[in-house]
Amino acid sequence: MLKLEGLSKTYKTGDAALSDVTLEIPKGQIVGLIGPSGAGKSTLIRCINRLVEPTGGKVLLGDVDLARLGKAELRRQRRRIGMIFQEYALVERLTVMENVLSGRLGYVSFWRSFLRRYPPRDVQEAFRLLDRVGLMHQADKRADALSGGQRQRVGIARALAQEPELLLVDEPTASLDPKTSRQIMRLLTEICAERNLPAIVNIHDVPLAQQFMERIVGLRAGRVVFDGPPSELSETVLTTIYGEEDWNAMRKGDEEQSAAEADARDRMAALAK
Amino acid sequence: MTEITHYSQTWAHRTPKARLFLWAGWAALVALFVWCWQLMTANTIWAFVWDAPRQAADIGSRMMPPRLSYLPELLVPLWDTLNIATLGTIAGVIMAVPVAFLAARNTTPSARILRPIALFIIVASRSINSLIWALLLVAIIGPGILAGIVAIALRSIGFVGKLLYEAIEETDARQIEAVEATGASATQVLSYGIVPQIMPAFWGISVFRWDINIRESTILGLVGAGGIGLKLQASLNVLAWPQVTVILLLILGTVVVSEWVSAKVRRAII
Amino acid sequence: MSDQSYPTTWRRPPQIVTNRRWRLALQIGILVYLVLAVGSIEVDWERVSIGLERGQRFVMGFLQPDFTSRWGDIYRGLIESLTMTLTSTVVGVLISVPIGIGAASNLAPAWIYYICRSIIAVSRALQEIIIAIFLVAMFGFGPFAGFLTLSFATIGFLAKLLADDIEEIDEAQAEAVRATGASWWQLVNYAVQPQVMPRLIGLSLYRLDINFRESAVIGIVGAGGIGATLNTAIDRYEYDSAGAILLIIIGIVMVAEYGSSYLRKFLQ
Repeated sequence: MLKLEGLSKTYKTGDAALSDVTLEIPKGQIVGLIGPSGAGKSTLIRCINRLVEPTGGKVLLGDVDLARLGKAELRRQRRRIGMIFQEYALVERLTVMENVLSGRLGYVSFWRSFLRRYPPRDVQEAFRLLDRVGLMHQADKRADALSGGQRQRVGIARALAQEPELLLVDEPTASLDPKTSRQIMRLLTEICAERNLPAIVNIHDVPLAQQFMERIVGLRAGRVVFDGPPSELSETVLTTIYGEEDWNAMRKGDEEQSAAEADARDRMAALAK
Repeated sequence: MTEITHYSQTWAHRTPKARLFLWAGWAALVALFVWCWQLMTANTIWAFVWDAPRQAADIGSRMMPPRLSYLPELLVPLWDTLNIATLGTIAGVIMAVPVAFLAARNTTPSARILRPIALFIIVASRSINSLIWALLLVAIIGPGILAGIVAIALRSIGFVGKLLYEAIEETDARQIEAVEATGASATQVLSYGIVPQIMPAFWGISVFRWDINIRESTILGLVGAGGIGLKLQASLNVLAWPQVTVILLLILGTVVVSEWVSAKVRRAII
Repeated sequence: MSDQSYPTTWRRPPQIVTNRRWRLALQIGILVYLVLAVGSIEVDWERVSIGLERGQRFVMGFLQPDFTSRWGDIYRGLIESLTMTLTSTVVGVLISVPIGIGAASNLAPAWIYYICRSIIAVSRALQEIIIAIFLVAMFGFGPFAGFLTLSFATIGFLAKLLADDIEEIDEAQAEAVRATGASWWQLVNYAVQPQVMPRLIGLSLYRLDINFRESAVIGIVGAGGIGATLNTAIDRYEYDSAGAILLIIIGIVMVAEYGSSYLRKFLQ
């Protein structure tokens, strides 16, 4: 379905964010992209829909090379790729419904979108999606009136309104609490399974990736250093991805957090008695 | 790291060199001030200056009591003043919007040619007070309200354009990126990603400028551009000081009311 | 669920005025006002068509400005404007500082607060031009009246912003200084001044810019400066000289704007 061949990106400053990334993602597969910050995860997914211009290589979606398209054709192809953002990136001052309908922008004329006169089928579909993510009754609210988890659900509905063939997901849980994070990840995996959608998910939370992803790709300094199922993600592999120091610090942080969580749980249990 | 082995006996906020610069700067400012003062007052007739308190008392006594019976004559000029300010603001805002989009770094279609032109329009409009615009326009299209409206509009372009283009540059890039990612065209990105973000700023700036324009339009009549300033000019010409008092009170009242309205509206928007 | 259960139309709910009747009333009101207002414009088209030729000459004058034939007048006006701008800003700032401190409710006793706030209110409510008219009547024609006008206007502008700034200073820092047993003067020096100083400098530079622009206007009513020169040039229909003066004003404002942003960066 999606094939990256020798994808590279060097920024004007001379920093090589991606070098020679080759990946293939079949239909329906959900891939977790892990790596330390600055490894090029965000650049990689932005190179696919060319929010960032790649400097070399091919991005094949089906049999179209996205890296070679002109402006107008690129816009048409972007419709096929839904994107879900870190910190939601909803248009805060528009209503929930307008945000979902904005997923149809690539399909309708400027005047239709300007006057908010979308085709009946689009409106119906938007309502169906809102219902699917559990926000049927929030349609008329402004996006900035929603909680973090609700906003990310709107973000998901917007991406699905495009009727995409591929989902790009950039740190979907970065600003959510652990419980909401899990709910969002579950919703995402369910939807991908329902529609047989392939997805690339940037994720910094390794346990969360292990729990929800079918396949993990580890990125370090712009290169793929691991590609396999989560079960193969051993200590040694994680050390190669994150580097010794970082991985130990991360693990320690996680341990501290789970210890604190366990402690809180025990105390709650004690109180309940 | 090396240990600090001794402490300086005196503690100073700045290094000696920085202090020297600072003192030199202040000294230069004082010298410049004295020099400018000398230049400016070279032709001042000091006898007039010392006579000022007596003159002030004289004018003050002539201004009292205000001639309130003059008030009804002022209502039509006041209506004209309001129209100059309001229509001028509307016209100015309409012209300022495209200029602002051309001037903002993130929306300008060409940073090399159109952006500098837009920025020049903004600076030119801002540098020239509406009274000067009015002076020019009265000479060109003749005295009357129209000259006033156009003067206010031309002055408003720079003010509204500058604040609006700064608001456009401060928009959240992630929201715009998200709209781009859906495959939206450039105009759709504008209407879904950028316009909703700048709407509060747009209304706030427009109302703010309207408030300023009410003040400015009260005096445009001094050069013949219509409104209550015409009456002020006429009364000053015939030294009808009691009428001047009434006009000034009316202007003050209008300014206070417009300030109150603009503060109210801005609070309602934000 | 079947398809039929989802609505096929959606309208954006009104955001500001939610009541339907009020919205309609507002729309009609705006429309009526616009019709009346536009209707009250009386345009003498004959006069305008004559004027267009003049307008053309003005645009030509702007594109081919004549700096030389009136250079003596322009030079004198510029010197007056620039000196007036600098002296009035310095004097205005010097007077604004005590008034600004006096108008800050967290530093000044109530009676001083009210006196200072009323000085500010008077200065802000009156247009520079109107003040200039009176000061010219009192002090005679020339830049001295202009200097007084601009100083007075500077007080209203700066003292207000300064007072608002002082009222918003970080109370924790002031508290910490107060806790050391500092006197009122020490409090102002250590807790208030460092927090307010950078903005005061920035505002003074900004006011310098405004004062220059205003100095070009008050000349029209006889308070000296480049405005008087400009007024004469327009009265004599010398549009090429007027264009030159306007270009000089624009140029100086641009230089002042870039200069002050550079200076502010340098001082921080």
